Amino acid sequence: MAERNEMETRNGKLDLQSEPMLINIGPSHPATHTTLRFRATLDGETILDLEPEFGYLHRGFEKESEAATWTQVIPYTDRLNYVSPLMNNVGYVMAVEKLCGIEVTERCKYIRVIISEISRIIDHMVCIGTNMVDIGALTNFWYFWKPREEVYKVIEELCGQRLTTAYTRIGGVMADLPEGWTDRLLAVCRGVIPECIADVNALLTKNRIFIERTMGIGPITPKDAIALGFTGPCLRAAGVPLDLRKDEPYLVYDRFDFDVPVGEAGDTCDRYMVRMEEMRQSLRIIEQAVAQLPGGPVNVDDPRFILPPKPQVYENIEALMNHFKIIMEGIRVPAGEVYSATEAANGELGFYIVSKGGGSPWKIKVRPPCFPLFQGIPHLVRGQMIADLIAVLGSVNIIAGELDR
Amino acid sequence: MGLVLEKLAARFGPEIAATHSNFGDDTALVRRERIVEILTFLRDDPGLLFDFAMDLTGVDYLGEEPRFEVVYHLYSLRMNHRVRIKVRLHEDDPVIDSAVSVWSGINWYEREAYDMYGIVFRGHPNLTRILMYEGFQGHPLRKDYPKAKRQPTIGPEE
Amino acid sequence: MAVNRARDGAPGYALTTLESMVAWGRKYSLFPLTFATACCGIEVMGALGTHYDLSRFGAEVVRFSPRQADVLLVAGTINYKMAPVLRRIYDQMLEPKWVISMGVCASSGGFYNNYTVLQGIDKIMPVDVYIPGCPPNPEGIIDAVVQIQKIIETGAPRAAERWPIK
Repeated sequence: MAERNEMETRNGKLDLQSEPMLINIGPSHPATHTTLRFRATLDGETILDLEPEFGYLHRGFEKESEAATWTQVIPYTDRLNYVSPLMNNVGYVMAVEKLCGIEVTERCKYIRVIISEISRIIDHMVCIGTNMVDIGALTNFWYFWKPREEVYKVIEELCGQRLTTAYTRIGGVMADLPEGWTDRLLAVCRGVIPECIADVNALLTKNRIFIERTMGIGPITPKDAIALGFTGPCLRAAGVPLDLRKDEPYLVYDRFDFDVPVGEAGDTCDRYMVRMEEMRQSLRIIEQAVAQLPGGPVNVDDPRFILPPKPQVYENIEALMNHFKIIMEGIRVPAGEVYSATEAANGELGFYIVSKGGGSPWKIKVRPPCFPLFQGIPHLVRGQMIADLIAVLGSVNIIAGELDR
Repeated sequence: MGLVLEKLAARFGPEIAATHSNFGDDTALVRRERIVEILTFLRDDPGLLFDFAMDLTGVDYLGEEPRFEVVYHLYSLRMNHRVRIKVRLHEDDPVIDSAVSVWSGINWYEREAYDMYGIVFRGHPNLTRILMYEGFQGHPLRKDYPKAKRQPTIGPEE
Repeated sequence: MAVNRARDGAPGYALTTLESMVAWGRKYSLFPLTFATACCGIEVMGALGTHYDLSRFGAEVVRFSPRQADVLLVAGTINYKMAPVLRRIYDQMLEPKWVISMGVCASSGGFYNNYTVLQGIDKIMPVDVYIPGCPPNPEGIIDAVVQIQKIIETGAPRAAERWPIK
């Protein structure tokens, strides 16, 4: 008995010498969102090493896009990060427009900013909501799902679909905003979204259980985060204020007044705090963008890229032929290569595009923000408890669609 | 020619096969022999400081010689500039030195390029398939791999 | 099932067979295993959420262990790396079990016709209800659950009894 007591007191806990245990987590596991897998080496409950495995949602995006026309690739981009598809649409068409040398209209730029920011908000909502479900706080998920449905209503009105939007086009967008759309958007942005952010904030931010589960869990230093290629909220939580909206302003982001929140420790709590603040900042951007939204056309005036108006197609042979050629052969993109990056909800979303001229891409490489984040997970959780893995995994927000492509 | 390319050319003149700045992207096509040295220089030079390896991918230019290309996209946080480094590889010898020692985050990108194109990264700590499964024959993103050639793990043969 | 009530408020009686009694109980307590891999999974969350509220139809108790589930809801693309995992999950479920294939990717491969995507999960397991759409709306999921309830209620043969399709 005395011996037992001695063992219990060493390191403050029962210290049994044991062989490292190998445990498999996933791919069908509620906390890994069904497509990720880990092989964890444990000493008791402490993670000695972790080996991530993925590819369970590899869908051949790049092979498919090589067989499609430039416009047909847009629906495939929806399914990369299916939590905020509008941002992928914007990122992809901006890359193609860079290659074609298209300067889109002012109104189009503002529309793209608005849809990107509303997507960022709903992306962060899903991230925080599911993260909290994984660590046992289900209520926040319901609180965040209500405004998501409201946002879906607005998005559905815009492009006819809730999730797979395919809203942008090369040289513009699919259609102009519906009548009164901005009012309905603002009603959501002023009503239900700040309300739910306040609710979740009240439930979590000073909650003792939440803080104990997240503070100091999965920390990373700025140096390691940079070496691993982290971007987005996870990098900013580590204290590095890299945000392409500020550093390489694209579209019209340089015309808005917004702040880039940064954390200190780079732990799960900081990632949560950064995301919460980014939602508020996105609301600010939407307010300003709607106030400044100019009139005018949404598409560039260039028959090489934009379909002619439907009435003309019915009456005019030129327009009919143009329509036929754009649909059947695809738009012509000059030969060359570009890399275009945008700040998606999870970090830098890059598209590296190679064209040999002609109607379909030679190569499209997506630089998914999740890819380096997932690679960094072993670094985040080594030496911590197995239960903390779940909290960390939710907070870095791995979206399998863009991770595996 | 941008500042980055000038510095690179001054230091590694004979290693650089071609440069261009089309569409505003500084690009250098370099020879593969001293690639790790070049990348280390890009990371450490006080005027360049490319601390982010944003992306690495392979490209298959079937019908051209050399056939494969490895493309690095680098970003500097402090200098806020970007550069693209490209290396051409022959089909019969698609081997290049691994850059994991320069940026640890490039590890999985190299595995993906190996998986998808069969490009071998010499000195890589764990060069195995990453997206496809063990037992998959061939490299699916090569242009001569048929798009719908399936290798089922379960169920009826196609 | 026939229910008779006495007029004066005294307890009535019900006439039924044991099978239909069990089926009646079973259909309102479906435990789905949501095998949500991709975009469809987001709509499954929507269906379980407060707005659509799948619990109205008695199918909100999501189980992630196949041994506790009786409906397998396959939501999202299944590729060849995942297919053996899915089949194993199906095999681990206890009889009687039903399968819902949600979305075009699970049903037929959808617009992914390439080297990695399984062209429909019905190649590897029987499917009772298909939901069309990319992704289907939450209404589609609710409809599929109601269809499963109809199968249970009427005692219609399950897909497993006529699989593989020759």
